[in-house]
Amino acid sequence: MLYIKNGLIVRSEDFSYHQLIGNIVNEAHRYNEWNVDELIYIDISRDEVYDANRDDHKISSFNSHESMLEAIAATCFMPLCFGGGIRTIEQIDYLIKNGADKITLNTGAYENPALIREAAEKYGSQAVVLSIDYKVIDGVPKVFTNFGTTNTEVSLFDWMKEAEGHGAGEFFINAIDRDGKASGYDIANIGKAVESTQIPVVACGGAGDMYDFLDLASETKVSGIAAGNWFHFVERSYPRAKQLLKKNGINVR
Amino acid sequence: MIGIINYGMGNIKSVGNALNFIGSEYFIIEDEAGFKKADKLILPGVGAFGKAMENLSSRNLVNPLTEAVLTDKKPLLGLCLGMQLLFEDSCEHGFHKGLGFIKGHVLALADEVKNLPVPHMGWNNLRIARENEIFNQEEDNDFYFVHSFYCKCDKAENVLATVDYGVSADVMVKEGNIFGCQFHPEKSQQNGLELMRNFCSL
Repeated sequence: MLYIKNGLIVRSEDFSYHQLIGNIVNEAHRYNEWNVDELIYIDISRDEVYDANRDDHKISSFNSHESMLEAIAATCFMPLCFGGGIRTIEQIDYLIKNGADKITLNTGAYENPALIREAAEKYGSQAVVLSIDYKVIDGVPKVFTNFGTTNTEVSLFDWMKEAEGHGAGEFFINAIDRDGKASGYDIANIGKAVESTQIPVVACGGAGDMYDFLDLASETKVSGIAAGNWFHFVERSYPRAKQLLKKNGINVR
Repeated sequence: MIGIINYGMGNIKSVGNALNFIGSEYFIIEDEAGFKKADKLILPGVGAFGKAMENLSSRNLVNPLTEAVLTDKKPLLGLCLGMQLLFEDSCEHGFHKGLGFIKGHVLALADEVKNLPVPHMGWNNLRIARENEIFNQEEDNDFYFVHSFYCKCDKAENVLATVDYGVSADVMVKEGNIFGCQFHPEKSQQNGLELMRNFCSL
């Protein structure tokens, strides 16, 4: 799970604080060598400008989505999922043509659910991942859009049900409260989300150590577990996490 | 040099990226002349069977492909839909004739598979059925799959590997110089790159 801001990889906390990690392709290359299952790139740039002025730090960034995707697809031989700011079918055409295997919709799908169906009919449901950011308010997980700033007042489970009907092929749910906090996954709500749908659910938000993966995998039927920050900062984090899960009888690759 | 056959439906870019990475030179075959220039062929594919055969015919690629493979005996690797096209026919959205290089048929997963999602999507392990030139690893041999239809060979000798997904599907096949795999080696990390390397050095 990699967040891109203005052409560079960042670490995210609270959806608002973003620490620069490095060059997109170098990071992708590292994950490639770890044999990871899938890479999810979300572009969280607030504007369309890609800042290339980081040569002083030997970190080069990319000036367009096209050059970025091309560079990623040239080093990554795994399924690539790309999203962030998608509002039209033309944007989706463009991403798929340039090497994305799946795309994720979030705010764009909430504001225009017909976009889910349009994308699913054209590329198949398996290519359409619905990403949902939520915050728990008075015990109920509520959907937030626009980088987690707008409270829609709609419950996570209601929106999932609706989106499944529109043809979404996979859910990616992210707990805003836990973003960058390393406080463990939101097991209760993730478990409920998984039980409420037929299609795969990938959960994100809160990984602090590898036992967090194990807790979530053993207590829910989640299809996938995603993490960002932890993989960036911990030595051999990915292979060690997988080993732990395997040893405990969790079905991992 | 490897020729990737373009019939308007493949993920040519991903296949090309993988070939670049393993250092195999390639070019895109657009017409008959391309088949002469290539010494090995890759038939990629993402999409529906009927439309794929229609595109191959309308671009006049069926005859030169058949000649290159059956007469000149150039090695061919079909990927995903590109593998399915090697068979006699498919029942995807109706009945469609295929290239017929391998005896057998393309069937719907949904007719056999209960209690598992279709399409079959994600990583899965192979069961190697026969020693072969392109991939033999018995352990940690997972590949990335995305498909709703699967191939069934008439002759067991054509089956190199199967996968269990509610049904035993033939996912790696061979008939002489013709190879096919249902999974996406270009999206299957080290295992996929190894398979492609082996094919390229045939």
